[in-house]
Amino acid sequence: MGKWDGYRVNSDLSESSLLTTVVHPSTTTIVGSENWTAPNSARLDRLVSSLLSASERPVHTTIDMSGVQAFDTFGAWQLARLERALNAPGHEVTIVGLPQHYTDLFRAVQEASERASRTKSKPRQEFTGPAAVGESVAKSATGFLLLLNMVGAVCAAALRSLRRPSTFRLTSMVNQLDRVAWQAIPIILLITFLIGSIIAQQGFFHFRKFGADDYVVDMVGILVLREIGVLIVAIMVAGRSGSSYTAELGSMKMREEIDALRTMGFDPVDVLILPRILALVIGLPILTFIGSMSALYGGELVAWFYGGMSPEIYIARLKEAISITHFKVGMIKAPFMAFVIGIVACTEGLKVGGSAESLGLRTTASVVTSIFLVIVLDGLFAVFFASIGM
Amino acid sequence: MGSSSEQPVISVRDLVVGFRDRNVLDHLSLDVHRGEILGLVGGSGSGKSVLLRTIIGLLPKRSGTIEVFGQDLDCVDDQTRQALQRRWGVLFQNGALYSSLTVLQNVQFPMREFLRLPEHLLDEIAATKLEMVGLSRLDANKLPSELSGGMTKRVAMARALALDPEVVFLDEPTSGLDPISAGDFDSLIATLQKTLGLTVFMITHDLNSLHAICDRIAVLADGKIVANGPISAMLASEHPWVKSYFRGRRGQLLEHSHQQTPA
Repeated sequence: MGKWDGYRVNSDLSESSLLTTVVHPSTTTIVGSENWTAPNSARLDRLVSSLLSASERPVHTTIDMSGVQAFDTFGAWQLARLERALNAPGHEVTIVGLPQHYTDLFRAVQEASERASRTKSKPRQEFTGPAAVGESVAKSATGFLLLLNMVGAVCAAALRSLRRPSTFRLTSMVNQLDRVAWQAIPIILLITFLIGSIIAQQGFFHFRKFGADDYVVDMVGILVLREIGVLIVAIMVAGRSGSSYTAELGSMKMREEIDALRTMGFDPVDVLILPRILALVIGLPILTFIGSMSALYGGELVAWFYGGMSPEIYIARLKEAISITHFKVGMIKAPFMAFVIGIVACTEGLKVGGSAESLGLRTTASVVTSIFLVIVLDGLFAVFFASIGM
Repeated sequence: MGSSSEQPVISVRDLVVGFRDRNVLDHLSLDVHRGEILGLVGGSGSGKSVLLRTIIGLLPKRSGTIEVFGQDLDCVDDQTRQALQRRWGVLFQNGALYSSLTVLQNVQFPMREFLRLPEHLLDEIAATKLEMVGLSRLDANKLPSELSGGMTKRVAMARALALDPEVVFLDEPTSGLDPISAGDFDSLIATLQKTLGLTVFMITHDLNSLHAICDRIAVLADGKIVANGPISAMLASEHPWVKSYFRGRRGQLLEHSHQQTPA
């Protein structure tokens, strides 16, 4: 620093030698040194910011860069910022000593940052406050319309297939049936068996207190056949197959496979969605039947080993307690629930946008919405069956 | 290339990479020197991307050594490897932009992770980098799914350059672009290479970019580098694949222009 006969100011800057300010009667000199590169950029930014926060800007400034050993776009950007800030009307800035091979970089960054500072970025449209409420209401309304649209499209596709059965994709449906029904049997058997056992165990535990052991069979039979069997199976299928439908269709949408189908003259509803939904509509009642039997079997085992009721008595009680009506009530609900799960899963799948995040969001929405709708539907059926006396 | 006395930035020796019973790269050796633009060409499926992915450490190798900045990546600890990785940037073939982040956030991502910068600085520097690759701030808040092919490549380039790397790996930077955009992107690469002093390792099929910006061309065939040199050497080469590539119907157009305006 010997060649400057001024004195140093800005003692807070002495922590670093990246930037030193020397004030001279006629001109202020800013001396840069060390590496003006990415790893030092946070430090350099603090120094430049505190330098520029001073209320009075010097009239003549010289920025001496001869001491800088390495220089990259981060350093160049800070230099451009210094120059732009100090170069107000009536003020003058000169940069000296910038090594020749860095001048191209500096000019490029200076130009780019100049352009960048001239344009304002367009914020993404986001609603806040009441507008956000309105947006979500509008969104759920369109969501509902999309569901209706999908119902219509699937019904139209089904009618088309009925008129010309040769166009129906039987192979695809059988393949889906294998995936959603056949491969789901073990887990459905296990879960419903456990549920049936638990209901029976709880029944014996509590009914025994007032000697109503026999009515446990009534409870297990009616509960499983009417409600629990179909509900548990539908929830399992929504989680297992509904989510996979959404993820499959969603990633096909992301990779433009659905657009490719359309351009070849195929309707994705015919090719992808109708076979999937039909597979669910056929598969879910079968799974419900298997699941209900498994739950009754679980109840029987618990009755035998825990309640001390022999299988013969259990079956005899079951014959008295339940009628074909209870069985019908459960089975009638199954295809409707399957339809709802399929419609929701496919609609959500086609809503997937370009990002991986939206695929995850849609899959979650698919499972949550379809389980919710399955339970709502179950409630509506309960009201309906009660009013017609079933 | 004149710089052969200097230590190469990337030095690949006797590299063998294979999948199952097939060796895709078979005792391959290649040097990349500081400050040059190396174009790697080869038929589809000849292992160009495999070579690139092996150098940057995404694929395991069966034998051979790879030295980047004079250090063997197998013999360094995780911290050194991370420090080395910060000195290179990669432009993947399809951009590989993070689909849930905006353009600006994509460019900021490496800076935010590695450099602890204040938010205003991140915004300004990322916007400047976007300007340097020819994008305006108006596009900064778009999501990758809303971008055209050319814009995706530019954003990917800006992200590859986010930390001011010394080396950039470009995997088919101009594929999928129309000739005018491809030409623009070529000159962008050349300009950035000159201003930032980059070393560029570029996989390309674009004869125009090979001709316009590559200092040196390496041809990959049969798992080896079969030809290596400037475009004039390629045109003189007698290797059948090189011959049909550079002197085929499409290459002839270039040869023509090359003779008219010798580089």
